[in-house]
Amino acid sequence: MKITLQVWRQANANDEGRFETYHQGGVNEEMSFLEMLDVLNESLINEGKEPVAFESDCREGICGACGMVISGSPHGPKKAITTCQLHMRSFSDGEEIWLEPWRAKAFPVVKDLVVDRSSLDRIVESGGFISVRTGSAPDANAIAVPKSNADRAFDAAACIGCGACVAACPNASAMLFTSAKVAHLGLLPQGQPERFSRAVSMVATMDQQGFGYCTNHGACQTACPKEISIDLIAMLNRDLAIGALSGA
Amino acid sequence: MSRVFVFYRSSIGKKILMALTGLVLFGFVFTHMLGNLKAFLGAEEFNAYAEGLRSFGAPLIPHGYFLWAFRIGLIGALIVHVVTMVQLWAMAGGARPKGYKQAVHLEDGVSSRTMRLGGIVIVSFVAYHLMHMTIGNVHPNFIVGDAYNNLVVGFQSVPVAVVYSIAVIALGFHLHHGIWSMFQSLGMNHLKYNHLRRVFALAFTIAVVVGFLTIPVAIATGIIQ
Amino acid sequence: MQLDSKIPEGPIQDKWDKHRFDMKLVNPANKRKHTVIVVGSGLAGASAAATMGELGYEVKCFCFQDSPRRAHSIAAQGGINAAKNYQNDGDSIYRLFYDTVKGGDFRSREANVYRLAQVSVEIIDQCAAQGVPFAREYGGQLGNRSFGGAQVSRTFYARGQTGQQLLLGAYQALAKQIGEGKVEMFTRTEMLDLVLVDGQAKGVVVRNLVTGDVTSHSADAVVLATGGYSNVFYLSTNAKGCNVTAAWRAHRRGALMANPCYTQIHPTCIPQSGDYQSKLTLMSESLRNDGRIWVPQEPGDSRVAGSIPETERDYYLERIYPSFGNLAPRDVSSRRAKEAVDMGKGVGPQANGVYLDFKDAIGRLGQDTIAERYGNLFDMYQQITGENPYQVPMRIYPAPHYTMGGLWVDYNLESTIPGLFVVGEANFSDHGANRLGASALMQGLADGYFVLPYTIGNYLATQKDGAPSADSSEFKEVEREVNEKTQKLLNVDGKRTAEWFHRELGKIVWDKCGMARNEAGLNQALEEIRNLRGEFWKDVRVPGSGKDFNQTLEHAGRVADFLEFAELMCEDALQRDESCGGHFREEHQVDGEAKRNDEDFAYVAAWEFKGVGEKPELHKENLEFENVHLAVRSYK
Repeated sequence: MKITLQVWRQANANDEGRFETYHQGGVNEEMSFLEMLDVLNESLINEGKEPVAFESDCREGICGACGMVISGSPHGPKKAITTCQLHMRSFSDGEEIWLEPWRAKAFPVVKDLVVDRSSLDRIVESGGFISVRTGSAPDANAIAVPKSNADRAFDAAACIGCGACVAACPNASAMLFTSAKVAHLGLLPQGQPERFSRAVSMVATMDQQGFGYCTNHGACQTACPKEISIDLIAMLNRDLAIGALSGA
Repeated sequence: MSRVFVFYRSSIGKKILMALTGLVLFGFVFTHMLGNLKAFLGAEEFNAYAEGLRSFGAPLIPHGYFLWAFRIGLIGALIVHVVTMVQLWAMAGGARPKGYKQAVHLEDGVSSRTMRLGGIVIVSFVAYHLMHMTIGNVHPNFIVGDAYNNLVVGFQSVPVAVVYSIAVIALGFHLHHGIWSMFQSLGMNHLKYNHLRRVFALAFTIAVVVGFLTIPVAIATGIIQ
Repeated sequence: MQLDSKIPEGPIQDKWDKHRFDMKLVNPANKRKHTVIVVGSGLAGASAAATMGELGYEVKCFCFQDSPRRAHSIAAQGGINAAKNYQNDGDSIYRLFYDTVKGGDFRSREANVYRLAQVSVEIIDQCAAQGVPFAREYGGQLGNRSFGGAQVSRTFYARGQTGQQLLLGAYQALAKQIGEGKVEMFTRTEMLDLVLVDGQAKGVVVRNLVTGDVTSHSADAVVLATGGYSNVFYLSTNAKGCNVTAAWRAHRRGALMANPCYTQIHPTCIPQSGDYQSKLTLMSESLRNDGRIWVPQEPGDSRVAGSIPETERDYYLERIYPSFGNLAPRDVSSRRAKEAVDMGKGVGPQANGVYLDFKDAIGRLGQDTIAERYGNLFDMYQQITGENPYQVPMRIYPAPHYTMGGLWVDYNLESTIPGLFVVGEANFSDHGANRLGASALMQGLADGYFVLPYTIGNYLATQKDGAPSADSSEFKEVEREVNEKTQKLLNVDGKRTAEWFHRELGKIVWDKCGMARNEAGLNQALEEIRNLRGEFWKDVRVPGSGKDFNQTLEHAGRVADFLEFAELMCEDALQRDESCGGHFREEHQVDGEAKRNDEDFAYVAAWEFKGVGEKPELHKENLEFENVHLAVRSYK
């Protein structure tokens, strides 16, 4: 296979950035998308050029490190996978592929396709936890959790924090991410004491980070590699209203 | 006070206000559409309905007071709807300083993408519509108290009917996403009934659009004279 | 050097309680005067940093990823063991202890393992309270499953993503402490060296991976939670970033490295598809419950699976191990797969796998049942290979997965450098020569939540002077060395990429120090590694500079350390002239099974660094088995 890559190159946060074109031959359709970029990078290094910076770690779709907008779609054209799970057989010979970083004010570019997503961590730091001192927990079976609640909490907890929702959102909003964390903890009995104050403080932090707001488009859930539903956003809206108006 | 402040300060609080005021405006639009259909019953019925709005609640409420209270309420709702929108828009405007070279729309459709544009079209039209049908200063033959005449004469102009129809269709798009969005923003969700929110939005949108469009069509075809 | 494991006196059940009472405590008002550095934010690191922050210590936590939530613990699928006996099936702390010592092929320290089994119970309580969405039964109670051939159901799990959910629990606890200012988090920051002041670990030198700035951080004590070294094989199931650098730097500064030859090879991974392959993907071991493993009887049979008649197939695990069949332990089934492929019976385009066939199971249970049990795994397999496992058999092959060896620590998890503590996979302590399924998560969290926060207090209580200044000459000297090494890497300006050297190194150790090892091969590997290392420093090319975000430079530094570490790993494998657990010496087998030599090798091999290319010095910690009696592991 031969493909043409239009890759966003940007030396650092202050650089303007531009697209560069690479013609990549010898692409095997069994390769993963990132392995194709590995091959590109090795040839760039051999030519004495700087390789394309992109992020990845586990390369099996769970760590959330990888992610780029591939011809307009975060994590590429296939549903419910991360960039590292995408394989070249999803592309055709001769195809032109555009690679861009997640674009959002809250995700400044570090280099090329690598962005700084620490704004997501700051949202969690402001309340995305259950306060329980190590060693002070009651027996794990002391609090029964209905299976349906445990399952729904798990669906929300499946978020890998990759940021594709922000990248896909026309407003660069982090509502799906925030709602997933709030719902995960808010659906469990252990999470009730802090449920409403958690929603209020996490949303306040989210707003401060420079994300946009939610217009209920649903682009986030389409892009989400873990198929997290925007139903959780409705839950967050409710919890925030209760929390803010009750002074939680 | 601080609770209201915390609520209003957050993007979600503003969204909820947009949803609530949107609900008020939607309620108005829907009843307005139902009222318009009275035109099919003839001049007498229609004018009596128009007068009935002024004298609503009389004699307990003085003549005309209800209508003004109603108008003030609506304008208030519209102002809150627009102001929160503009604040949120400003927030979103800065959230992606650099756009994508290749944008694929992952969202579900035209209606969600045209909310802001549609809003501008609707507000502009409402301004014109008030001058046309309520104040009458841009109406060719405005007779105070004869709403039926104002309606029929007003829509006999083809350009006016076309502009009106475009505005109604824009309103349709706005409602289609807006009604669904309202459920979402107000946190009204239930695993079992969630799919009905879209059905509800579509059904009411069609009712409003079709209801409003029948009037100029009926006037153009002479069903209403 | 005399190794003192500091195992407390008394019956095994009472050792930990007694020890907790005997240890010194830090006065609550004094805790904030002590700073602790934690390197790594996986299960062990995040739980340790969060707990120490909560106790009142000032904690600085470092990770090379962009967020502490991405550490490789997140990829663990199966589950976490705990001796809760919620299933009322006869489990107990003693049974978990016994199974772990036996599973480790009698090469672990009894006292540590017993403590691990004891605190396993508290881990589940802690995690459930944090909101970890463990699998539940309809009545709302926690669900369990039997895992890795255990005879009791003691494994707690959260679908196939237990590691992720446990790590999120620990990450959230850490995030709370960061939000409250008790833990200062440094992301995208890599530890490049350890700093000793008066022979005690007092800080680290780190590189900011975005700006390239090299800085020092001082503390009263340093904790390494930097994971395992499976990536020495280049292709492994570990994340791309996993590396031995922090542990190796500590080793070079004087911490002994124990049992580096104990590596675990997981039998069910997707085989390599080509030279460009960057990592291997694990398919959950649970697949072996319903899949049948086979290869063609004749070497070189290139027919597709469907055209090979039953009579010409060899279901070798069922044939050799009639009672365990396809569920034979990890090390055993891995070796048998290698044997089949080495005989030329491998399947797939590269002839480098064996079949894991679900045809019978689908016929017996129906496709729906199989989809319900393994649907996500089948999808994952299809995503990677483009083949539909409902129609054609899966292809699998073993891959490096976990490393039992690591920095030597005593009962307090303190290394041979005072003030340097090592937790999680980075230490050697609990798994012996082979780790049982669902025990890695247990050990990481046991160390981080329930062991280290106590034992480090015992050390800190003796450190009255507080942390030294990071401007002192000791720190400046290490900074200089770190900068020098970076410059040296950039200056080589050769012709080959670090990736190339890493791949070459991987081939050497996989071939000669992988699933099966022998004396001649290991000696050859030692020579090849030395040559490759020499070539690396002459011919590696690292573009860019050290003053910005440079992923090639990061990787080259890690490869340089792997090139030194690999030699020690082979040295250790050569020295251990017996077969045990994951270490299989071809010279020592009975009918193809590992033959242990307890007479001569019932010890921990702890190595002292003597210089690059110099022969390391071996120190032995003899292992005493007072509770579990030495026995032969047999699965026939």
